[in-house]
Amino acid sequence: MISELNLQQQKGVKQFLTFIMADEEYGVDILTVQEIRSWEEITVLPNAPEFVKGVINLRGTIVPIIDLRLRFGLPSIEYGPLTVVIVVKIEFEHDSKIIGITVDAVSEVYSISEQDAKAVPSISETNNDDYVAGLVNVGEKMVALIDLQKTMNI
Amino acid sequence: MSIDLSQFFEVFFEESFEGLDTMEAELLNLVPGEEDLETINTIFRAAHSIKGGSGTFGFSSVSDFTHVLETLLDQIRQGERTLTTEHVNLLLKAVDCLRSLLAGLQAEQEPDLTEADTLRAQFEEVLGINSTTQESNIQTSDNQSDSDTYQIDFKPHHHLFKTGNEPLIMISELEQLGELDTTVFYDEVPEITNLSSDECFLHWRFFLNTSHGESAIKEVFEWVEDDADITIELCGGLFTDELPTPENDSSTVAQEPLIQEPVPKQAEQAKPIKPTSANTNKKSTTPESTSIRVGIDKVDSLINMVGELVITQAMLNQLSEQDITPATITALQEGLAQLAHNTRDLQENVMRIRMLPINFVFSRFPRLVRDIAQKLNKQVELKLIGEQTELDKTVMEKISDPMVHLVRNSLDHGLETVEKRLQAGKDPVGTVTLNAFHQGGNIVIEIMDDGQGLNTKKIQEKAIANGLISADNHLSNEEINELIFMPGFSTMDEVSDLSGRGVGMDVVKRNIQSLNGSVEVTSAPGVGSTFTIRLPLTLAILDGQLVKVAQHTYIIPLISIVESLQIDIAKVSRVGKNLDVLRLRDEYIPILRLYDIFNHDNAIESLDKTLLVVVETDNQKVGLLVDDLLSQQQVVIKSLEANYQKVDGISGATILGDGRVSLIVDISGLIKLSGLKKPGSQELSIESQAALEAL
Repeated sequence: MISELNLQQQKGVKQFLTFIMADEEYGVDILTVQEIRSWEEITVLPNAPEFVKGVINLRGTIVPIIDLRLRFGLPSIEYGPLTVVIVVKIEFEHDSKIIGITVDAVSEVYSISEQDAKAVPSISETNNDDYVAGLVNVGEKMVALIDLQKTMNI
Repeated sequence: MSIDLSQFFEVFFEESFEGLDTMEAELLNLVPGEEDLETINTIFRAAHSIKGGSGTFGFSSVSDFTHVLETLLDQIRQGERTLTTEHVNLLLKAVDCLRSLLAGLQAEQEPDLTEADTLRAQFEEVLGINSTTQESNIQTSDNQSDSDTYQIDFKPHHHLFKTGNEPLIMISELEQLGELDTTVFYDEVPEITNLSSDECFLHWRFFLNTSHGESAIKEVFEWVEDDADITIELCGGLFTDELPTPENDSSTVAQEPLIQEPVPKQAEQAKPIKPTSANTNKKSTTPESTSIRVGIDKVDSLINMVGELVITQAMLNQLSEQDITPATITALQEGLAQLAHNTRDLQENVMRIRMLPINFVFSRFPRLVRDIAQKLNKQVELKLIGEQTELDKTVMEKISDPMVHLVRNSLDHGLETVEKRLQAGKDPVGTVTLNAFHQGGNIVIEIMDDGQGLNTKKIQEKAIANGLISADNHLSNEEINELIFMPGFSTMDEVSDLSGRGVGMDVVKRNIQSLNGSVEVTSAPGVGSTFTIRLPLTLAILDGQLVKVAQHTYIIPLISIVESLQIDIAKVSRVGKNLDVLRLRDEYIPILRLYDIFNHDNAIESLDKTLLVVVETDNQKVGLLVDDLLSQQQVVIKSLEANYQKVDGISGATILGDGRVSLIVDISGLIKLSGLKKPGSQELSIESQAALEAL
């Protein structure tokens, strides 16, 4: 088991947690994920950007919640029973921040080799491709890997 | 086995800084001519332990410097030299210098030795030529690597081992210095029946041929000086037996001219030395110590409380296993009440751990006042009241600079010169009083002087000239006095070295406000002025008023609330486009609609169904319009910036009893956000004029 893990690290294989938003699958590095919570009542921050939904109490720490749909410029939907908050820890230059992101639903965990990730074709005019670090094919599906630092650099 | 000494560095620095504080305090107590031997002993002991410690840790720059200072103290202690004001001044400078040396070492910087060397030269001058020649002698002998032979008699007292010292180590250290010839004397060793294995009966005579000089040998025996008879003599050198005599002679001879001589020198040196000592002040404050010393009684009471908590918890556990009957419910409720009681006690006591007596701040003022008074040629008596008043450590660290500024101002601007005081029929000695006490959940610090008071007329003229107020203002004297806290305000015609640049008071005020505190001034011409600083006891907990705005709960710090009231519509008038002003008694209170500023929908908008919370900050009163007042409670302040960023109008967040997050309103940020102008500025005075006309 351990040797398998080592092997994976040597090959530059990373595990990604994927989630669904507007029928598309996105992935984040699983090592940044702290926990997955269900949607709960939050406290609204005055005059915050639209995609900042507010803050929650995560065992005594104040954690902001970002709506990833709004961050990506996707149409917002009603939060339902499947709506989850993925709590991620993002390393910035000087410090690290704990931020919650809301997504439609959590999907799977994939092992993806870094070489397999392809660059995003820069054809679109939207800012979205800034937030995407690369695209990967998993079987029939395509997963967009998210660059959290860029996404959360508010 | 070698021990990594660096793990003890922090303790050493902390103790050394404490030692320096003690030295400083005691030095200020010294009055030449009537010095108390115990005081000198205390200073000497502090210096000695700094020297010893720095020697152990290899900070030779500190130990060498402390050595000369210790020599002077020792001579005073032994009565070989009488204490003069010069000595005290020199020692105080030495304390400053040591502090900066240590701070440098603590920050792992290469220490700047120029000041230390100048001071050391002064010390050596005071100590007499002898020591300088001796020093230079050593240095030359170092340079030429000439070696001298010393005869060392080392006769430890019987209890040497019990003090943890080992002669063998010293002998091997001596061996490293040079060629060593050792003779052991065992004539004192008793018969075997009387022999006690933990006492030392041996004594030694060494002949050491070394190029390191006498001080190196002394260093070896540094720790056993008091536990052994040690004589070190130079044999075969230039002055074998003359050595002790010139020391005594020169000291007595050199003393008389010295008393007069350094005085003009002092004046000359005052200038170059001043900036460096200002630097040292800065340096010594920068390394914020991260540990606190807690009295054992506080820890004990905490342990007691935790014990009680455990018992209560066990009781509740037991109850939860029983069947639910009315009796168990009553017991459960009692248990929960007990738990609430325990938690509150625990909270209070944990907070108390962070509390330190304000003496830690006050203690630096005697020195400061002494220096400034000397410089300004004023006579000042400093009174400290309430030194044991306890205050949160973080608050304490941040309050000290504003206080220094206020005290400087009192001495510079407040107190008159001796002549002026005599003319005004006052005691020539001015008094500055620092008073600290608790009031409600706050600590109040008063800085009082019995000087000339604020010159209201001059302040007003200056404010008009600066365009802070209009010429036809109707400000009361109190309001005018408050103007000194405005940015860019100084009434001093001449900018003095100490104060008067006009960058001070607004910074003082800002610093205090950043601690959620307030500062105000009262003054009476010819009688004096009083600055009153109000601060919350701790930064971690705040008394808050919970208010409802739409469906959101906000917290307003209780300290800034003046009153809460229902609005009398008849007294509200609309100024400009969308500002409502309420006439409350003689004041006009602008109404800030919280829902509007925070962009919340679904709030009650009509003025007669809402409540107005009147808050004060920066001497400006505003009314915050809220839907409802909820409870008052203590809240623990949590940072929003840790995981997010600063939110305008919000100073932080907290977690309410039900686990929800609630935001704490930052009043001054809110006013800024609302776009309301400060009072005294032209814009608002026009607006309030308009308001007056409208009514």
